[in-house]
Amino acid sequence: MSESMPARGASTLNLRGTSTPATRIIGVLALAVMTWVVVSAFFFTAPDVVQGDSVRIMYAHVPAAWVAYLAFVTTAIASGFSLVRRHRTLGFDRVAGASAEVGVLFMGLALVTGSLWGRLTWGTFWQWDPRLTTTLFLFITYVGYLAVRRIDASPERRAKRSAVLALLAVLEIPLVHFSVVLWRSLHQEASVLNPDGDVRLDGLMLFTLFSGVVAFTLAFVWLVIHRQRLQTLVDLQGTVGLDSALAARATEAVLR
Amino acid sequence: MRNVFAVARKDVLIEWRARLLLVRVLPFALLVLVLFAVALDSEALLTRAAAGLVWLAAMFATLLVVQRCFDIETADGALDMLLTSVVEPSRVFFGKVLAVAAQLLVLVVVLLGGAVVLYGVRIDAAGLVLLVTTVVTAVIGLASVGTLYGAVVAQLTGRDSLLPLLAMPVLAPLLIGASRATESAFGSQTIDLATGWAWTSLLAVFGVVFAAAGAASFATLTEPDA
Amino acid sequence: MKDLGFILLSWSVSLGSLALLALATLRRAKSLAARVPDDQKPWL
Repeated sequence: MSESMPARGASTLNLRGTSTPATRIIGVLALAVMTWVVVSAFFFTAPDVVQGDSVRIMYAHVPAAWVAYLAFVTTAIASGFSLVRRHRTLGFDRVAGASAEVGVLFMGLALVTGSLWGRLTWGTFWQWDPRLTTTLFLFITYVGYLAVRRIDASPERRAKRSAVLALLAVLEIPLVHFSVVLWRSLHQEASVLNPDGDVRLDGLMLFTLFSGVVAFTLAFVWLVIHRQRLQTLVDLQGTVGLDSALAARATEAVLR
Repeated sequence: MRNVFAVARKDVLIEWRARLLLVRVLPFALLVLVLFAVALDSEALLTRAAAGLVWLAAMFATLLVVQRCFDIETADGALDMLLTSVVEPSRVFFGKVLAVAAQLLVLVVVLLGGAVVLYGVRIDAAGLVLLVTTVVTAVIGLASVGTLYGAVVAQLTGRDSLLPLLAMPVLAPLLIGASRATESAFGSQTIDLATGWAWTSLLAVFGVVFAAAGAASFATLTEPDA
Repeated sequence: MKDLGFILLSWSVSLGSLALLALATLRRAKSLAARVPDDQKPWL
């Protein structure tokens, strides 16, 4: 660390952010596929036989929900590694945190687009069906996880607490899902119509949906890489700031 | 096992000397019951909702009990001392769960009494057996989750508001299960006794899962940071 | 197109919030990157 300090003037002036050639390629690909999805969703695909035009929301909703669950799994796996691989705890912890941040956005999008779609198809914004309820609880759990991460604690403590929390969510979500399934199946009211059981997708619709999944996943990967690096900068900034302050003091003392 | 009881006994004794449960948590929980009655303003609705309201009040009170249970430890670094004197952190966890569960048991019994008096709930003999099973399994689940998440937020700034945000979504299956089982024990028309018993098995699974999770992660949560 | 309002709202909320998060991330990274020497950034 001390060798890097004299270079303060030279190397810090180089304003390189969190981009690398790889992330630029991912970003351009994400934009390109996303553009195709939007054009196809609005202009190329036909309205669905049952759902009508509201199916066009699905090309955003299904990928968002898919990425939300992908982010949840990524966070859990990265948290597991951060607890086991003690010498690389902070690296894995940053990936877990970045994935949760991006995941909570996608989960929020899945909920918003889903309820807009539900208003058009079911006539209500919300149904207490197992899938929706589980997703809502997952969203709240994520928000709590991010709240813990924002707390002003040492990176090591933050990593440990949030990793345990992410792994506990893996226990929580199946239990929530199972209990809601049991709860709703015992309920007397007519069960909710199968959310997408009636959809018949032709080739282009399926392809658009699949492209949507690819585009949203690429966007997720891009965001996670950048936010993970951003968190590294935040953590480094704390130590570098202290180091440079100490170095400045040291030179001051020598000059005197 | 002796360590477990020693920790539990210590917590219950501290609690008994301070009488916080008696003077603050119990009155608060009963107040919640009264306020629900005022807010709903319909006796038919109250009898129908009684089971859910009792467990909702119990859930709120759990958060208070758990916070107290960790505040007595984090003051003066008492938890570190405790962990150095007891061999296994998981035993400290089980001891704390036991102490919290004992307090919650008292609390839920009082709340159920409150439901009988205030909400006009009736319990028959067959329902009573189911009710006791429900209370015991649900209290173990509440205490396990409460203690576990209490440890997650222990010594963090802003833990008072974090604990509800973290623990309440996790407690959702327990709230659903305990409410439905209690509803059937209260002799509701919509849920028969057999279904009520099915719910208690969910409660038992829930309790076992989170007690095991707590025992497994308590060492990681309480170890000093490197 | 029927229900165009809802469909447009869904898409604009989705793409808009993604774009906002991406821009905010890049801006913050740019300002922070100046304070950390390049040789300490693991990805460079």
